[in-house]
Amino acid sequence: MAEDPVEHLIALLARIPGLGRRSARRAALRMLADPSRLMLPLAAALEAAAAAVRPCSVCGNLDAADPCRICADTRRERGLLCVVEGVADLWALERGGAYRGLYHVLGGVLSPLGGVGPEQLAVEGLLARVAAGGVEEVILALPATVEGATTAHYLSDRLAGSGVNVTRLAQGVPIGGALDVLDDGTLAAALRARRPA
Amino acid sequence: MPVEWQAPAVVLSARPYGEGAALVTLLTEAYGRHAGLAKGGASRAQAALWQAGNLVEARWLARLPEQLGALAGELVHATAALAMEDPLALALLSSATALAEAALPEREAHPAVFCGLVSILARLVQGPEEVFADLVRWEALLLAELGYGLDLSACAATGETRDLTHVSPRSGRAVSMRAAVHYLDRLLVLPPFLLQEGDPGEPQDWLAGLRLTGHFLEKRLFAATHRALPDARQRLQDRLAAIVEGGG
Repeated sequence: MAEDPVEHLIALLARIPGLGRRSARRAALRMLADPSRLMLPLAAALEAAAAAVRPCSVCGNLDAADPCRICADTRRERGLLCVVEGVADLWALERGGAYRGLYHVLGGVLSPLGGVGPEQLAVEGLLARVAAGGVEEVILALPATVEGATTAHYLSDRLAGSGVNVTRLAQGVPIGGALDVLDDGTLAAALRARRPA
Repeated sequence: MPVEWQAPAVVLSARPYGEGAALVTLLTEAYGRHAGLAKGGASRAQAALWQAGNLVEARWLARLPEQLGALAGELVHATAALAMEDPLALALLSSATALAEAALPEREAHPAVFCGLVSILARLVQGPEEVFADLVRWEALLLAELGYGLDLSACAATGETRDLTHVSPRSGRAVSMRAAVHYLDRLLVLPPFLLQEGDPGEPQDWLAGLRLTGHFLEKRLFAATHRALPDARQRLQDRLAAIVEGGG
């Protein structure tokens, strides 16, 4: 017996991060109420993105062009290379608008438990980009977790002797953050990273 | 009837589970290595809590003892955050937690292993050099607790109790310099601090100690279950070797 298309739609929507089965059902109902305005354009957009979007062969960003629009942008500061764990982090930095250099997406962080070693990450690609010349500073914008910090130290070791300046993002009090609600670890990191006022 | 406990614990690992939860493994004194599901454990609010190496006050609750159960916790000592800036301290923390996670059987109490690990992690903020000798002693204790203890009381060949300088890679028993002299290339170096409680040792001694315990961890403990030494343990040894051999 063929599967009910509505149930099939709900099951597919429920796989999307942020949507459980209940939310998927609501989304499906809303789309089915107006298929020509909500559903068909969405289906066309999904198909077009699936066909066109690929990881950039230079930095690992997701884009319809290869090299991606960031790598191809000649107005970017090409001496700055920001290393991020994933594309979501790259997009977050782009949303911030404070960074105008290039990126390198590692594709994860070192995780012994998850079976992720250096060979599973885009480390060799990073080293090749640095060795090719033109990079003056590598910014390690990796998560402030044990795994992220381990990866940062590993990359720092691998980049030692390459002649580039290797830096990391600061850790501390977030904008608008009150001290009494910060966790002890963040407070300790903020104290350690204090600077002249 | 629900079962629950509340106890001080060391976070050994936390893996994302679903969208916001985390599958957390802890080490406790009375309940051993114990896993549980931390709801919201991978969320922004809780991610800092469930970092490997952190000391927490944990509460575990389940309907039946054999269930995974739910975990909640409160931070006692933010070891991970304090160690993150120092590559050697972070490598030490990662090695110790990965080793405890991989080596200890689940829900089997090993109070001495727990207390030893807590002592190391609590003092790690003073610098890795302050706890390195104790880490090697802790690894030897871990081997002993799991049935692969080293016998450093007397020379395996002569029975001497003084001048013990090496360990047999086969038996795990100490060998005196007099007996070892013709087999130096086949024996493991016994660092003096392992024979003297309180001796902090030197970096080259720590490296010899890591090579000694690493040999038995790899060949006895992990080989018995066809597993390799955790990567984090190997990385610690490599990092220390680079420091010792590079003179830094």
